[in-house]
Amino acid sequence: MKILVCISKTPDTTAKIAFTDNNTKFATDGVQWIINPYDEWYSLVRAIELKEKDPSTVLHLLTVAGAEADPIIRKALALGGDEAIRVNADSQDSFYIATQIAEVAKQGNYDLVFTGRETIDYNGSSIGGMVAELLNLPYVALATKFDLNGTTATITREIEGGEEVCEAALPLVVSCQKGMAEQRIPNMKGIMGARTKPLKVVEPAAADTLTSIAGFELPPAKAGVKLIPADNPAELVRLLHEEAKQI
Amino acid sequence: MSVLIYIDQAEGHVKKASLEALTYGAKLAAQLGTTAEAVVLGTVTEDLAALGKYGVKKIHHVSNDTLNHFDAQVFTGVIAQAVTAANADVVIFSNNVDGKALAPRLAARLKAGLVTGAAALPDTSNGFVVKKTVFSGKAFANVAINSPIKVIALNPNAFKIEAGEGTAEVAALNATVEASKVKVTQVNKVTGEVPLSEAEIVVSGGRGLKGPENWGMIEELAHLLHAATACSRPVADVHWRPHHEHVGQTGLAIAPNLYIAIGISGAIQHLAGVNRSKVIVVINKDPEAPFFKAADYGIVGDAFEVVPKIIEAVKKLKGVA
Ligand SMILES: Cc1cc2nc3c(=O)[nH]c(=O)nc-3n(C[C@H](O)[C@H](O)[C@H](O)COP(=O)(O)OP(=O)(O)OC[C@H]3O[C@@H](n4cnc5c(N)ncnc54)[C@H](O)[C@@H]3O)c2cc1C
Ligand SMILES: Nc1ncnc2c1ncn2[C@@H]1O[C@H](COP(=O)(O)O)[C@@H](O)[C@H]1O
Repeated sequence: MKILVCISKTPDTTAKIAFTDNNTKFATDGVQWIINPYDEWYSLVRAIELKEKDPSTVLHLLTVAGAEADPIIRKALALGGDEAIRVNADSQDSFYIATQIAEVAKQGNYDLVFTGRETIDYNGSSIGGMVAELLNLPYVALATKFDLNGTTATITREIEGGEEVCEAALPLVVSCQKGMAEQRIPNMKGIMGARTKPLKVVEPAAADTLTSIAGFELPPAKAGVKLIPADNPAELVRLLHEEAKQI
Repeated sequence: MSVLIYIDQAEGHVKKASLEALTYGAKLAAQLGTTAEAVVLGTVTEDLAALGKYGVKKIHHVSNDTLNHFDAQVFTGVIAQAVTAANADVVIFSNNVDGKALAPRLAARLKAGLVTGAAALPDTSNGFVVKKTVFSGKAFANVAINSPIKVIALNPNAFKIEAGEGTAEVAALNATVEASKVKVTQVNKVTGEVPLSEAEIVVSGGRGLKGPENWGMIEELAHLLHAATACSRPVADVHWRPHHEHVGQTGLAIAPNLYIAIGISGAIQHLAGVNRSKVIVVINKDPEAPFFKAADYGIVGDAFEVVPKIIEAVKKLKGVA
C-alpha cells in the first residue's frame, strides 16, 4: 500500500486579510502559516491511522511550493508519514499544481491519493478532481469516512441533505473533510523524528498555467448592527418582515 | 460556440442551485452573443422543456441507468461529449457537492481554465475575468481565465434565479457511458428537513444554549421559518448536534438570505462560514460578543427569554395558532 497525502500551506485562520501591490498580492507581513486544516486534521491523520493499522503502508507527503513551505511540511511529518516531497514551484493556478501532483503520483505508483476538501485561502476544491482526471482514476469528493478492506475502499461522502456510502477498488483519489479523523497534536518524539525524515525537493514538470489572479477586493463593510431591546423581540420580527423582507 | 450549463438533479428533480446556474449561464450567453444550452444526466421526472423559461435554448438529455448514481469519472466523460455536441466554449456548474467533483475533472480533461466559487458574472470587457470568493468569504479574487475553453462553478445562493418566457428544445444525446467503478451501497437522507446548503433561512445555535436538550426552541423557530438548523463547531464536537450542521471555516460554508445566530460568540473561524449571508441576526447576552460587529440586527439578551418571544411573534405574523 502506498499513500500520497497532498499538503498545502495556508495563512492561520485568524490572519488579517489585506492586500498589497495595488491589491494584486496577499499581504503576508506578520502572517502565521499553518498546514491547511483539511489536510492536517482530516486527510493526514486518516492516512496515519491507515498506516498504524497496516504498518507495511508507505506514506508520503507532497507539497507544491517554494522553500518557505519547508517548516509546514516538517510539521506535517512530525504528525506522521515516512518522507516528504516538495515540488519546487510557486504557482497559484490549480491546473499547474494538479499537473505536478499527478506527475509525482504517476512516478510513485500510489494506490491512494488524499487531498483536503479545499484550501482555506483559495477555496478551490479543485485539486483533487483535477489530479483524478489527469491520472484517469475514480474520484470521491468531500469524504467524511474512509475504510479499507484489502484493496477495496468503503467511503462515505456528503450529498445535499445527507450522505452516501460507496465502494471502490484502489487506486483512487479522495478529498477529505470533517468526520474522517480527529485532530492530533504532534508529540516530542514526532517532532524530533521529523528532523531526520527525508524531504526530497524535485523540480517541476513542464505544465500550462490556465488562470491568473488579476486582483483582490474586500467585501463592502457592513452598515453596522441595528440593536433591538431585549424586551421587545416582536420588533425584530417586524423589521425582518417589513425592512429586510426576509421572513 | 455556446455556453453549456450542467443541470444537477436528484431523484428526478432539478436542484435549485441548477436554476441559479441556468439563469447565470443564459445571462452570460447573452453577454457573449451566443446561445445557452444545457445537459442533464439520468432519469428526470420534471418537464425539461419548461426550463427554457430560464433562457436556455436546448437541453441535451442523456438517459441511462448508470447515470442514476453519481460517479465523477463517468459523468465527466458524458459531459465532455455534451461539450462537443453543443460546441461549447464555456461550461457552467453549481459549486455544490457534485459540482465540486465535476467542474475540476472536466476542466482538467478539456485543459480549460477553471474558476470555482464564482460570485458574479464574468467581466468580458477585456479578457475573461471571474470574481470568486477567497479566504473563506473574507475577500474576493478576480481571476482571469486565459484558455480557449472555460469552466465556472457558481456559488450556491449567490445569483438570483430569473424566469421569463420560453421553452427549450429537449434532445436525447446518444453518449457513450463508461461502466462505473464506484458502487453506491447506501443513501442516507435526512428527511423532512431543509438541506443546510440550499436553505434560504438558517437558525443556528452555539455553546450559549448550554446543552442539546435546549434545541427545541431552535428547531421550532426553524420549522416556523421553513429554515435549516446549524451550529458552531464546539457544539458538533461534543455531539449536541450532528456533524453535518457544523458551519464555519472547517465545516460547511453557507450563504443563506437570513442567518440567525443564537448563543454563538462569532469567532473568526465561525464567521468564515457564514459571512456571505445576506442578513445576519445575532442574539447573545454579551454586548461585547464579536458577532455583533458582523450583524445587521441584534438583540443583547438571554436566549432563553428572547427566543420564545420571537417564536410567538413569528406565529402571529404567519397566522399560526
Ligand atoms: C483552526 C480552527 C478552525 C475552527 N473552525 C471553526 C468552525 O468551522 N466553526 C466554528 O463555529 N468554530 C470553529 N472554530 C472554533 C472557534 O474559534 C470558536 O471556538 C467557536 O466558534 C465558539 O463556538 P460558540 O460561539 O458556540 O461558543 P463560545 O465561544 O463559548 O460562545 C458562546 C456564546 O454564547 C453566549 N451566551 C451564553 N449564554 C447565553 C444565553 N443564555 N443567551 C444568549 N447568549 C448566551 C456567550 O456570551 C458567548 O458569546 C475553529 C477554531 C480553530 C482554531
Ligand atoms: N500547492 C499545493 N501542494 C500540495 N497540495 C495542494 C496544493 N494546493 C492544494 N493542494 C491540495 O488540494 C486540496 C484542495 O485545494 P484547492 O483545490 O486549492 O482548494 C488541498 O486541501 C490540498 O490537499
